[in-house]
Amino acid sequence: MIVVEIRKLFGRRRTWVSIFLLCLLPTVVAVFLSLTDIGPRPGEGPAFLSAVLSNGALYPAAALGIVLPIFLPIAVSIVAGESIAGEATTGTLRYLLVRPVGRTRLLVAKLSSITLFVLVAVFAVSITALVVGLNLLGSGPVVATTTVSGTPLSPSQLGIRTVLTILYVGWSMLGVASVAFFLSTLTDSPLAAALGGLSALVGSTVLVTLDAADNVRDYLPTRYWLAWVDFFRDPILWRDIERGFLVQGVYVVVLLGMAWANFTTRDVTS
Amino acid sequence: MITTHGLTKRFGRVLAVDSVDLDVREGDRYGFLGPNGSGKTTTVRMLLGLVYATRGEIEVLGEPIPKHVRDVLPEVGALVENPAAYPHLSARTNLTILDASGPPTDRASRRNRRQRVGEVLEQVGLASIGRRPVKTYSLGMRQRLGIASALLGRPRLLVLDEPTNGLDPQGIREIRELLVGLNRAGTTIFMSSHLLAEVEQLCTRVGVVDRGRLVAQAALTELRGETGRTLVRVGDPAGAVGLLDGRVVGRDGDRLVLAGTTVAEATARLVQARIAVHEAAPERRTLEDVVLGLTSHGSDRVDGDGHRTEQLQP
Repeated sequence: MIVVEIRKLFGRRRTWVSIFLLCLLPTVVAVFLSLTDIGPRPGEGPAFLSAVLSNGALYPAAALGIVLPIFLPIAVSIVAGESIAGEATTGTLRYLLVRPVGRTRLLVAKLSSITLFVLVAVFAVSITALVVGLNLLGSGPVVATTTVSGTPLSPSQLGIRTVLTILYVGWSMLGVASVAFFLSTLTDSPLAAALGGLSALVGSTVLVTLDAADNVRDYLPTRYWLAWVDFFRDPILWRDIERGFLVQGVYVVVLLGMAWANFTTRDVTS
Repeated sequence: MITTHGLTKRFGRVLAVDSVDLDVREGDRYGFLGPNGSGKTTTVRMLLGLVYATRGEIEVLGEPIPKHVRDVLPEVGALVENPAAYPHLSARTNLTILDASGPPTDRASRRNRRQRVGEVLEQVGLASIGRRPVKTYSLGMRQRLGIASALLGRPRLLVLDEPTNGLDPQGIREIRELLVGLNRAGTTIFMSSHLLAEVEQLCTRVGVVDRGRLVAQAALTELRGETGRTLVRVGDPAGAVGLLDGRVVGRDGDRLVLAGTTVAEATARLVQARIAVHEAAPERRTLEDVVLGLTSHGSDRVDGDGHRTEQLQP
C-alpha cells in the first residue's frame, strides 16, 4: 500500500511541477546574484545570501532559506491537504476502504508518501542550489568558506552541516504537513485542508513577532524554524535546534494522533 | 450472506435507517428497493463498514461487521453510489492501482492481476478502451468501469448500489445478462435501486425500504401475488360485457377486467356464447403496485408537510 501511494503521488505531473517550481526560485535568485554581484548587506535579507557571493558551496543552505518561509510550506500543505480529502472528493476513498485498505494503514501510507515528498523537495532544492551555486557563483578557495561566526569550514564539515540543515528543514515541514493532514481527515475539501495548514503557519508567524504573545512564543510551531542557521555557527549552537526539534515533534505527534483518532472512527459518507 | 438485526443509523437528529432486519441468502439476486433518500445508500455503506451503525448488528458472509470487515471485504465486490476513479489515469491503471492497494486472496492473487484486469474489462465491455484517461469517459463508460472494479476480486458477494445508473437500454440489458450469468456461477447479488422495472426483471428476492424502515421482504413471486381478478381479451367486447353482466369491472378496448370469476369459468362462458377469446389470465399485481402501496414519496419531493423532511438523509 505504501508503495502504491508513493507511486500515485510521484506519478503525477503536478508533483514534479511543484518540485520544479521550488527549484526555480533559488535558481533565478542565483542568476541575478551572479549577473549583478549585488548581494544584500550582511545581516539583511534571507540568511547567507551575502555570504554566497564569495562561495557557491554555501548556496544550498541559502536556497533553503529562500523557499522555507512560503514556497515550501505551500507545496507541502497542498500535498498533505490533498491526501485524504482528495480521495474523498474523487470518491475513491470509499473504494479504497472497501477494497479493503485498513483506515490506519491508509493513513500510514499517505503519511509516508507525504514524508517522502518533503524529503525529495528539500533535497531537490539543495542539489539544484549546489549545482547552480558552484557554476554561477564559483566555488572559491576552500579557506574562504566560513561559518556565520567567521571561522573557516572544511568541505566535509560543510557537507555534514548542509545535510543536517536539510533534515531539520524537512522536520519543520512535517509539522506543517501534519496540520494539513489532520484537516484533510476532517473535511472533504482538499483546498480547505491546504489553506488551513497555511493559516496555522501564518498565524504562528504573526504571533512569534508579537511582543504581547511573549508567553506562548516558545511553543509556537514556527518559533524555531530559522534555528538551522545555528548549524553554521562555530561551534554549532544546539540549544534552539534541539528545542525546535522537540516543539515540532510534539505538534507532529499530537496532530497525527488526532488525525488517526478522527479518521478511524468517523463515517465515510463522501 | 447478509443478515442485519435492528440496524439503525442516526445522523444527528435525522433517523436515516430505522431497525432494518435484512436477510439475504446465498444465491439470491436481492433487490433493495426504495424511493430516493429512504436509507438505501446508508444501509449499503453500513454493510461495507464505511458508516458505523448507531444500533443493531450486521453479519456479512457470516462475520460481524465492522469488527471483521477486513476478513469479509476481500470476498465482496462493491459499487457504492457513483463509480469513482482517478480521472487522469486509464481504466486499466485505475484497476491495477486499486487491486494493488488491498490484500491479495486465493482467487485474486498478485500473479493473476493482469489477467483479472483484462477479464473484467472484457466482461463489462471496455476491452478495447486503451489508454485514454478516465476523465474522457462518458457516464455509461464510468459506470461500466465501476462494475468492473467490483468484479475485480472475483467476489462471492456483489453489493451494487444503483448499478445501471447512466447506462442506455442496451447497456442495461448487457449488465443484466452479466449479473444473471455471475449469479448462475454462484455469486450472490445484492443491489439497491429505485428502478422497479429493473428489479422486477433481475431479482429473485426483494426488500422494500421506506423512510428508513424495511416495509416488506419476500420472494418476488410472492410479492407479485394474484389480485383475484381476471384479464381477458375478446373478439366482441360489447357482447362479452352483455354476457358477463356485473362481473366486468373495467374495460379498455377489447380488454376486460373481470371480478368474481375465474379464468376457467369466464372462458367457458365466452366460448359457449361463441365469443372469441384471444387472451385470458389471472391479474397479477405489478411490483409497481406493491411498492407504491408500501412507500411514500421520495425525499426529493418536498411538499408542505414539514414533518417528512425530518426523515431526510443529510
